[in-house]
Amino acid sequence: MTELALDANAERARGRTGRLIVYAIIGAIGLCLLFAPMLFPDVRSQEVAARICIFIVLVASYDLLIGYTGIVSFAHTMFFGLGAYGTAIALKMMGPGWDAILLGGALGIIVSLVLAALVGLLSLRVKAIFFAMVTLAAASVMAVMASQFSDFTGGEDGIIYKVPKLFSPATKLLTDEDGKVLRIFGAKANGKMAAYYFVFFGSLILYFLMLRIVASPLGTVLEAIRENEMRAEALGYKVVLYRTAIFCIAAVIAACAGILRAVWLKYTGPETSLSFAIMIDILLMVVIGGMGTMTGAIIGATLMSLAQFYLKDLMALASEATAGMPLLPELLAPDRWLLWLGILFILLVYFFPAGIVGTLNKKGGHS
Amino acid sequence: MDSTSNLFERFGGINLLPVLLAIVAFALIGSPSTWVTLTVAGLAMGMMIFLMASGLSLVFGLMDVLNFGHSAFVSFGAFIAASVLAALAAWVGADSIFLNLLAIFLAICAAALFGLVAGWAFERVIIKPVYRDHLRQILITMGALIVAEQLILAIWGGSPISVPRPNFLTGSLIIGDVSIELYRLFAFALGLAAYIALYMILNRTRVGLLVRAGVENREMVEALGFRIDRLFIGVFVLGSALAAIGGAMWAGYETLITAAIGSEMMIIVFIVIIIGGLGSIEGSLLGALMVGLMGNYVAFLAPKMALASNMILMMVILLWRPYGLRPAVK
Repeated sequence: MTELALDANAERARGRTGRLIVYAIIGAIGLCLLFAPMLFPDVRSQEVAARICIFIVLVASYDLLIGYTGIVSFAHTMFFGLGAYGTAIALKMMGPGWDAILLGGALGIIVSLVLAALVGLLSLRVKAIFFAMVTLAAASVMAVMASQFSDFTGGEDGIIYKVPKLFSPATKLLTDEDGKVLRIFGAKANGKMAAYYFVFFGSLILYFLMLRIVASPLGTVLEAIRENEMRAEALGYKVVLYRTAIFCIAAVIAACAGILRAVWLKYTGPETSLSFAIMIDILLMVVIGGMGTMTGAIIGATLMSLAQFYLKDLMALASEATAGMPLLPELLAPDRWLLWLGILFILLVYFFPAGIVGTLNKKGGHS
Repeated sequence: MDSTSNLFERFGGINLLPVLLAIVAFALIGSPSTWVTLTVAGLAMGMMIFLMASGLSLVFGLMDVLNFGHSAFVSFGAFIAASVLAALAAWVGADSIFLNLLAIFLAICAAALFGLVAGWAFERVIIKPVYRDHLRQILITMGALIVAEQLILAIWGGSPISVPRPNFLTGSLIIGDVSIELYRLFAFALGLAAYIALYMILNRTRVGLLVRAGVENREMVEALGFRIDRLFIGVFVLGSALAAIGGAMWAGYETLITAAIGSEMMIIVFIVIIIGGLGSIEGSLLGALMVGLMGNYVAFLAPKMALASNMILMMVILLWRPYGLRPAVK
């Protein structure tokens, strides 16, 4: 008996170490992102940092669906794109101003909400598997429409526009005695930094909002639906309504992430906000990080974004090294990096369906 | 209202929907010769889509497995057929109908053979470990689709590939002021033959009986001592081969193919099986014909709405019948 108790203690301790590791990683990532302008002042790293912030929100909101509620949607980029395009079109037509961001963003969010409610009520009442197909079809139709109505959306070229003056790199936030831009630990306190912190704090607020949703009674009901739909229904919860509700919430958060993306990039096009490639990125991030964990979104988004930016360089090297061999150079070409990620994805779903965070947490955790 | 719905049922019920669609389109288009051309194109397209959709629908009906990677077979079929036709360029361009036929027959056979072998491997390696787990099925088959598309890009490159059509199928049949492309007739005939063969197998043979019984109630068939998992592999392999044939035909129809062909067709195939209802080939045929006709009519009337129109069609049908027109799965 004492042996058993000891075992259980050891297990719990191991589970705690796992969780501690996760929190340590999250803390490190959070600090890096918070001080990103000072730590990594070059332009490319700034892009990566902003991308990570936005994708953390996007991935976490997707995880509300796939991880917490157990519904598979392929329309998440559609809502992301609606938010981005709404902001972009408003900024283009009304000129750079906060009113344009507010109005365009609000329109994007409202359209997302209406579409999500429509798709949800229409297809969430039948088999869950139908839902995956319906959302996939809806998303691709939206992508095709965006490229066809090109007078409005800029088609394949997308839209380039100006953002409010506060965010332009020439703006001086703080100046020293000589009237030059003040440097904080080597980082210029200019508009670029303001834009980064707009993205960072916007993402942070959305992320905390999602943490709150997950911890609320709503979150518990969603997990109950995921575990046993029939039982949840029998307990008196209207499964369809709950599913539609979380689908709408996730859609709105995705649209907000789209607004952040549009403001940061000053450009919106199919490649950056609407393409199916982004949906695949989100899926990979969710699975790598761990489905059903909010912390997984942070780790997954960070790992994937870093890999995307720096793995390609590595693959270019490998491709050159194998130049003489048949087929191998093509397989290793930087453009083929999705191939390897796809294989990694399949292996992950087989062997570590819980992802990084899930695997670390579970190590003796409650099992 | 009751009498009209009775009348509707007596004349074939939902089977009349494609006909109704054609009649409405006739009124909107006005010119009969254009209408005939569009209708033939729509039927041919529908038949090719049917080839791609039927396997997916049966696989789902029989084993509750939804294969998002199904369209990988379509694109591989298309590219393999294109390569075979390119290799047999001399036969394809020859004046003899026999050599032409032999070339296209070989191309289709190569695609089908690939479908058989790859389908078997795909089922064993990708699908088998995740039976009865929808979430992981969707994820894994999606991953497989990504890998397949990237492999095509690595092997055949990113630029579009042109597909030569056999000499005797390049012309058009002209009746009065109506011109009909021969290739469309050929595609329609092939699709119809495949449908009849499938129908016969499912309704007239013992294996077909078991498949239908399995779709209806798998546990009962298993309890009666039949190895339904073996049956399932058979259906899966056959479905993959049909998808590859559909892809091969589609390559000849489009004449210019890119690696994106798979993901483009997947959307249409999904719309078709949702409209038709999962698990029945009759439903797939009905859905495929409607989508084919709708696509061609709308592409003529309002070109920008072609894909969206099919989406709207699907939405309307889902509102009317949440499980599709003729579902075999409950």
